[in-house]
Amino acid sequence: MKKKFAAIAAAAALVMTALAGCGTTETTTADNAAASSQAAVSEAAGTDTAAEAAGKEDGNEAADEAASAGADLSGSISMAGSTSMEKLSNALAESFMAKYPGVTVTAEFTGSGAGVEAVTTGSVDIGNASRNLTEEEKAGGVAENIVAIDGIAVVTDPANTASGLTKEQLSGIYTGEIKNWKDAGGADQAIVVVGREAGSGTRGAFEELLAIEDQCAYANELDSTGAVMAKVAATPGAIGYVSLDVIDDTVKTLSVDEVEPTVENIKGGSYLLSRPFVMATRGEISEQNETVQALFAYLASEEGRTLVESVGLIAAD
Amino acid sequence: MKKAFSIVKGRHSKNAVEKTAQIIFIVCAFFAVLAVFSITLYMLINGTPALFKVGLKNILFGTVWKPTAKEPGFGILYIILTSIVGTAFSILIGVPIGVLTAVFLAETAPKKLAAAVKPAVELLAGIPSVIYGLLGIMLLNPLMYRVETAVFKGSETHQFTGGANLISAVIVLAIMILPTVINISESALRAVPDQYKWASLALGASKIQTIFRVMLPAAKSGIITAIVLGVGRAIGEAMAITLVSGSSVNLPLPFHSVRFLTTAIVSEMGYASGLHREVLFTIGLVLFAFIMLINICLTRLLKTKEEKE
Repeated sequence: MKKKFAAIAAAAALVMTALAGCGTTETTTADNAAASSQAAVSEAAGTDTAAEAAGKEDGNEAADEAASAGADLSGSISMAGSTSMEKLSNALAESFMAKYPGVTVTAEFTGSGAGVEAVTTGSVDIGNASRNLTEEEKAGGVAENIVAIDGIAVVTDPANTASGLTKEQLSGIYTGEIKNWKDAGGADQAIVVVGREAGSGTRGAFEELLAIEDQCAYANELDSTGAVMAKVAATPGAIGYVSLDVIDDTVKTLSVDEVEPTVENIKGGSYLLSRPFVMATRGEISEQNETVQALFAYLASEEGRTLVESVGLIAAD
Repeated sequence: MKKAFSIVKGRHSKNAVEKTAQIIFIVCAFFAVLAVFSITLYMLINGTPALFKVGLKNILFGTVWKPTAKEPGFGILYIILTSIVGTAFSILIGVPIGVLTAVFLAETAPKKLAAAVKPAVELLAGIPSVIYGLLGIMLLNPLMYRVETAVFKGSETHQFTGGANLISAVIVLAIMILPTVINISESALRAVPDQYKWASLALGASKIQTIFRVMLPAAKSGIITAIVLGVGRAIGEAMAITLVSGSSVNLPLPFHSVRFLTTAIVSEMGYASGLHREVLFTIGLVLFAFIMLINICLTRLLKTKEEKE
């Protein structure tokens, strides 16, 4: 019988420890919340200074100050949304967690619509959308925070002889008026029009930028950026559109109106096809908890801007 | 503590064990029933609102699928037609091949050859559907593109799809239903009493006559079961065909890029919101209704078969 007692005692001890553990965590969180609500105020102030002073000498100092104020930050941030924002979100989560070891950032990639829906219902802190929010979505109490700008590149298979298209040619190809590359500066070859499915942020942005919403005649509607790249790379005569940051050697990028899709051109505003990356929150940033505020402060800092640029995007102003 | 502790000890505990076991069985059985009911209920709750908002006629008989347009069109007629036509043609191709393979395996195959074909068929059943899709992309689509460029050479009106069309999807589906059709037809043929065959052969009929005039008619209900199950598999398949069919909503003609009921849900669920999302659930409901219909047909068939026997 001794063994039984020992087992019961051990189990009881385990339960006690677990309960005690819970208790301690709770108190710590409460303490932290109390302490850092003050920190958040000073931090927010610091961020504003940082944003205003970007480029000035004390810009970095202010950012550092803000960082040190939230060094003992703890909690978790959940994000969900656009698959186009996967690279940015993962890079952001990684470096933010490295800076604030007490914070856990989780990111899911369910699509822009699903992300905004999740933040509207409150199941996540941040909803990622690779497009501007619709009026309907904003009416749901969601704030649009643009964190980066993405360029959309027009790609063809590597053997294509066309080097660039005008806006009119591109619109003509996607609405089905131009069906052969010989009418768009290329060889006598049929055009295979590849695009994304309805609801995709890239498709929405592409059609909106060309003002050909709902008039497109796609031969292939694929449901991911990777699928578009693979299809275009493998099909002679194919044309597709993808985010600028996924471009590689398997496809050929075309210039639009004789402007190459480069970061400089998109920043300069001369490249036609670019779109915002939105991290939507329920209510304004100032209404968020201190961990979420810290994340946005981090994004606005010099370090955050470098991070945004490191994943092939352009930092928002 | 050396004596092992047993709950099956004693008369009283025995009774309790019986009862507990009975309860556990009931709970387990209830689980499956609960799953079916909750899925049905969930599909109805989520799928019907859009039907009323858009209108039954507009959804089921509309031909414009523009879910995100300013004046959205939610017509899924082409999608329904694609699922029906695609399934029908894959059955038309898959069933004769499958049934003849079954005849070969059950009747005419030399033992050694049968020993090679049988495991191959079983292996075919075990291959994940996404692999069929990948092979379709790598082998079938480029081949189809060549056929397409040859057929529509110089055409001004044809929209070139790069080989991602209805034919590719039908071929992939036909291959995917083969294992189901072969296995069930083969067991149906093997279940035909040997006397039938002997009697036929003794009357002077040739082997081929026996197979087509005696064996196959005798195994008819089993083969019909195989076809119905094949239809079920084909209409419910999504992964493989989403990769090869091109996924544009078009009238199901051979060289058109097409979208099936399943791929319509798969390809747009990620980014859909609002009414668009609700309509995707309605597509799910339509698919669900189709599959239920097929299952009801199947159970009816099996019942009449049992009654006959």
